[in-house]
Amino acid sequence: MGRASVRDADSAAMMAALGVGSVDELFRTIPPELRLAGRMDLPGPLSDLEVEDRCRRLAATNLDGLTAPCFAGGGVYDHFVPATVSHLVARGEFTTAYTAYQPELSQGMLAALFEFQTMLCELTGMDVANSSLYDGGTALAEAVLVAAGSTRRSRVVVAGAVNPRYLECVRTLAGVTVDLVTVPAVDGHADLAAVALDAGNDCAAIVVQQPNYFGCLEPMQEVSALAHAAGALLIVSFDPVSLGLLGPPGHYGADVAVGEGGMMCGPMSLGGPGLGLFTCTRDLVRRMPGRVVGETVDTLGRRSYVNTLQTREQHIRREKATSNICTNQALCAVAAGIYLATMGPRGIRAVADLCLQKAHYAARAIAALPGFSMAFPEGPFLKEFVVRCPVPVGEIKARLAETGPFIGGVDVSSLLGDGHYMSVAVTEKRTRDEIDGFVRALGGVSRA
Amino acid sequence: MPDEGLIFDRATAGAMACRLPECDVPAQPVGELLPAGALRDAPPVLPEVYEWDIVRHYTRLSQQCYGIDTGIYPLGSCTMKYNPRLHEDLAHLPGFSHIHPEQPAEQLQGALRLMRELEAMLCAIGGMDCVSLQPPAGAQGEFSALLAFRAYHTGRGQAQRTRIIVPDSSHGTNPASAARCGFTITHVPSGPCGLMGPAELRAALSDDVAGLMLTNPNTLGLFEREVEQICAMVHDAGGLVYCDGANMNALMGIARPGDMGFDAMHFNLHKTFSTPHGGGGPGAGPIGVKSILEPYLPVPRITERTDGTLDLDYDRAKSIGRVHTFLGNFGVLVRAYAYILSHGAQGLTEVTRRAVLNANYVRERLAEAFDIPHEGPCMHEFVLSAERQASEHGCRALDIAKRLIDLGIHPPSVYFPLIVHEAMMIEPTETETKQSLDGLVDAFLQVARECKESPDLVRGAPQTAYRTRLDEAKAARDLKLRAG
Repeated sequence: MGRASVRDADSAAMMAALGVGSVDELFRTIPPELRLAGRMDLPGPLSDLEVEDRCRRLAATNLDGLTAPCFAGGGVYDHFVPATVSHLVARGEFTTAYTAYQPELSQGMLAALFEFQTMLCELTGMDVANSSLYDGGTALAEAVLVAAGSTRRSRVVVAGAVNPRYLECVRTLAGVTVDLVTVPAVDGHADLAAVALDAGNDCAAIVVQQPNYFGCLEPMQEVSALAHAAGALLIVSFDPVSLGLLGPPGHYGADVAVGEGGMMCGPMSLGGPGLGLFTCTRDLVRRMPGRVVGETVDTLGRRSYVNTLQTREQHIRREKATSNICTNQALCAVAAGIYLATMGPRGIRAVADLCLQKAHYAARAIAALPGFSMAFPEGPFLKEFVVRCPVPVGEIKARLAETGPFIGGVDVSSLLGDGHYMSVAVTEKRTRDEIDGFVRALGGVSRA
Repeated sequence: MPDEGLIFDRATAGAMACRLPECDVPAQPVGELLPAGALRDAPPVLPEVYEWDIVRHYTRLSQQCYGIDTGIYPLGSCTMKYNPRLHEDLAHLPGFSHIHPEQPAEQLQGALRLMRELEAMLCAIGGMDCVSLQPPAGAQGEFSALLAFRAYHTGRGQAQRTRIIVPDSSHGTNPASAARCGFTITHVPSGPCGLMGPAELRAALSDDVAGLMLTNPNTLGLFEREVEQICAMVHDAGGLVYCDGANMNALMGIARPGDMGFDAMHFNLHKTFSTPHGGGGPGAGPIGVKSILEPYLPVPRITERTDGTLDLDYDRAKSIGRVHTFLGNFGVLVRAYAYILSHGAQGLTEVTRRAVLNANYVRERLAEAFDIPHEGPCMHEFVLSAERQASEHGCRALDIAKRLIDLGIHPPSVYFPLIVHEAMMIEPTETETKQSLDGLVDAFLQVARECKESPDLVRGAPQTAYRTRLDEAKAARDLKLRAG
């Protein structure tokens, strides 16, 4: 990699043009007492080969999902992403562009984002999608703020098992405005009677996740009816891949539907960059956070695209903006659009179906192991389920990393009482051999 | 170039671009596994296209875009520098890209080590005591630090401190982030030299002030000379001072916000540290703080165990909480880590020196044709005014920007900062040769001539781009946010 220098011929010529003998003279507006006396305490400089070597060594000490089949979920899933995605988003015209402040020079990016918005609306059955937020948790926080703003109420009821990491984001990002009331799940599902009691006339929204954090399906029609009876909005946190099979949020009355779309963009990457999906009804469009691409025409009347409704945004509205977001996850949104186009209607359905079949196959086998049982045998579930284990989950995960190795499930014990509850996610990538091996390894752990 | 249209226009019923494996486990009917009421009635209307059509379509879309890979991108405040290819490869190493955030710390030691080292690097660059890498963007960094300000004041029995001061030249995210924390905002006017003056600040200070947000160098590309006194005044009034670090490309190895008196700052890794901006993101906005604010940083924190291995600590009573679902935009962090490692202290200092040299060279060459309202030298960027072109020839900053597109150049930021009429904010960055800068200058000078000689050409631009000027008002009026 080349590095910038002030010691080349260009620099000498530019200094001559400026009439300075040294670049230092250009820093004369900085008071001398503020100049850094010594050198920053940093490693390097290293050559490309040395940087690569150091990074390879660091990477090699992580247990990765190519070495160890991954059975962890909890918001990040090891789904298959076709090669079209990585190759096309790697095009420099996409990766090295800034936000489309000059739309005439960014029509391709804007068109790709417009396509993404369209496909996301199709998938969710919602009216409007924006062109991305950071991730699933921060998108949920934005949804809650939209609900509080539109209803002028501040109490938000969380029904059942919503990803606790998401709720932590909501408490941090919306805690100034919103009072979050959580109604814990009973038997793996939202407790409708308890939610009804809490969803009074001061309720801005009911938040529900489908499938929920335990993998179980929630009774969405019933929760939707409860929300709307209270004059509250229904906010749904969804899994885009699940919508190959499951009813779209728009069809059961969601006012805002948000989710994590990172699994459509590339490998898990420690959960970041993710892709915050944000969709809502037409009524809420002017309260929507973040950038949104709209169609227009150029002076010759040709169909064109532009970032629109900018009067909601911080660079225009400053402290009155609907959100402070500026940088978003645009490239991830383009990736998700390419993913959905590559999968098509049959592909997305096939992915959800494979997850469903493989997860049930794995669940049956694990539940048959001595000492293991399904935490919520009634289900129903799609690709993720919780098992009760004979030994603490921490021990199981450590042993799975040695035998196999496998990346074990997520420890969800803190929500369920003791240290023995693990959620297991099975995607279309897991083969029968891998699942069988995982089940054998689990059996070995319990015997040890 | 022919009109590419949308992916939906290429659809062929029955086409498939992806083949998934047959189910290799005993399958059961979907109806036996899921209740009918939970299923969708009809498949989503996604395009049915062949793989070759997808590749061709998105390749063509990419060709309608302009990136740093295409040419100079002097978008002020955005630090559009070259993005090294090695870093892309490193972020895609399986040990970095195929890891799950819920794996035990024992299985993620390399990732945690990289993050721990990056925290230390950013501390050294900013002169801060501690860094959190979690904020996924600069605005989220601002929000996180300001929430820490709030918690700090509340913890000292000073909950009445509900006001944040920002200069009128500040980025829009500053007041927007402060408002999200529940603060009210006071805008302070810049002085005649474009700098914040102690007198203006004094008038705004009182015992309800939680803090000041200042960009240094500011959005005019000028170093805030009185910064030390400004920080001291805010501290004396009981407030804290935040540095919007968007302009760190002007300071690396030269001066550090921590030494100037700032209590907190963010770093835009997608600006200063060369991670690609992706047409809008993802980026990353780590924050650095002085030790008094460390207890409030987002959870989890990376901690070192006595045996030297690393762990994640969630048990921090004073923390503001979580500002990202997991550990931040890790893939972006890998690239920034590699960038800093490649450069070292000397290399980063050289980056800043060349960035400032390049900006001053362009400024000098444009000084005659355009009004430059503030005295130089500038730091890594500068703001010129197209006031003369607007009033004398009816060619506004936006017209000039659009004409630059015809000349093959990405325009600078326009109409920001808000305090300069017909503002054009130019940041060449260090990764441009003199030849490239001369091309930029020549294009500007040509447009300045055209403003006098053929203003209709300027006002009618662009003519050679994929589209002529867009009707942005129509987009907002006749709202169409999806195809079909």
